[in-house]
Amino acid sequence: MQGIVRRSLAVLAMLAAAVLLSGCGYNDIQQKDEATRAAWSEVLNQYQRRADLVPNLVNTVKGYAAHESQVLTEVTEARARVGQVQVNADDPESLQRFQAAQGELSSALSRLLVVSENYPTLKADQSFRDLQAQLEGTENRITVARGRYIAAVQDYNTYIRSFPQLVTAKVFGYAAKPNFSVENEAQIARAPTVDFGAAPPAPARPQPPAQPAPGN
Amino acid sequence: MRASLLFRLCGLWLLLACAPAFAQAPAAAIPPLDAPVVDTTGTLDPATVQRLDAQARALQQRKGSQLQVLVVASTRPESIEQYAVRVFEAWKPGRAGVDDGVLLLVAKDDRAVRIETGYGLEGAIPDAVANRVIQEYLVPKFRNGDYDGGIEDATTVLVKLVDGEPLPAPVSRNTPRDSRGTALGALFLPALFVAFVVAQVARGLFGRLPLGVRGLLTAIAAGAAAWLVSSLVLAGLAGAVLGALVGMVSFGGGRYVGRGGSDWGDWGDWGGGFGGMGGMGGIGRGAGRGMGGGRRSGGFGGGGGWSGGGGRSGGGGASGRW
Repeated sequence: MQGIVRRSLAVLAMLAAAVLLSGCGYNDIQQKDEATRAAWSEVLNQYQRRADLVPNLVNTVKGYAAHESQVLTEVTEARARVGQVQVNADDPESLQRFQAAQGELSSALSRLLVVSENYPTLKADQSFRDLQAQLEGTENRITVARGRYIAAVQDYNTYIRSFPQLVTAKVFGYAAKPNFSVENEAQIARAPTVDFGAAPPAPARPQPPAQPAPGN
Repeated sequence: MRASLLFRLCGLWLLLACAPAFAQAPAAAIPPLDAPVVDTTGTLDPATVQRLDAQARALQQRKGSQLQVLVVASTRPESIEQYAVRVFEAWKPGRAGVDDGVLLLVAKDDRAVRIETGYGLEGAIPDAVANRVIQEYLVPKFRNGDYDGGIEDATTVLVKLVDGEPLPAPVSRNTPRDSRGTALGALFLPALFVAFVVAQVARGLFGRLPLGVRGLLTAIAAGAAAWLVSSLVLAGLAGAVLGALVGMVSFGGGRYVGRGGSDWGDWGDWGGGFGGMGGMGGIGRGAGRGMGGGRRSGGFGGGGGWSGGGGRSGGGGASGRW
């Protein structure tokens, strides 16, 4: 009786040791680290794709709206700054600088698109429409790539901060990675102000349109 | 008696363990994928659906690509882009590795439409082209309320676009399932081995308990171990059965001499043990169905024979509104 209990305890201890050995997570840390790297490459890839679109877009707009030089220069400069930023995804400060530069390009581009609304001939130009569609598609790809990167980093960080892997990560020098943050936190926190001051003194607007506003 | 109480406790524990999985309710539900055209609003004419179905199946036969149509009422509170990404991640249209799926998503009440392309079709259907398909084929007909015509025109163009792109030759339906089978087997055997070892240990530990309880505990331990190793519900069930068998095999050697003639007690415990197994089977099946919804690539589908092949998308494509 005693012998059986002792023997089963020994087997249990051996099993526990095996589980702990494979459960110290070295392989999984490698795997998750590599997953974050791949996700980061995709983020860079999509940002690069957007940067590559900018010269074409600027040239097309220039053909119709050459005197909007301020907006056009802003976009070109923001594009140039994006090209200069050397980013290291493991360094929070570097990541923040990268994010700021990309954010500037984003807002410059959106201003450019707002300006282009004033030029019907530009809006009717097929190559401008194609470029706009490409830009939208790329922005969406950036969103998706960023979302996947955030999820991958979260997975990695959670993993190496959990108990048994914590030790392995310390021993092999794996630190938690910084993640993307919301760019315009202060702006989002503030309620938007709606100003109809510039609008012509039109008669009271009828009911707001019944159809749901386009999502997003 | 004891056995049934134990079983109830275990059942409760299993339910609690499953609770977090059910708690993660998505924002807008993604309908199950069972056909090339999924229409949750009942907008499309059955004849149109049949033509689109045939068209998509023919395309898959010819090129291997998967053309998927989804019509929903609304994607609120998400934008159509976010919802499309989630649908693509859940359904995985297109072949794994080739990623040649394309999703045409119509949110009828939002008056929004999106063409979402897999990685492998970004060359065949660039964003600008997808945008043109939306603006030139879908939006004009949708404005007139002609959803059937718009979707039919657009999918015809998309099929032509896919045809124009050299893709790897379509593989027969069986190949991916075969590879999946070997993958399953590779998981199954180690799981059963682990279940056997654990069952032996558990039998040693619980050797002094009555037969039914011992069988039940061994079954639970072995099943849990097999599930843990393979993360397959089926393997867990098989492990549990194996564990029950191992646990109920008598030790021999006159261990129960002292209890001689307590046949009745043993018999009752047997009954309890089997009841427990039945209950576990039920729970296991429930969990299996829940998981099947999450990852459609389980391969046990059959029936209509339409499911995602593991394609991925990076958010390419275009959206439009009408």
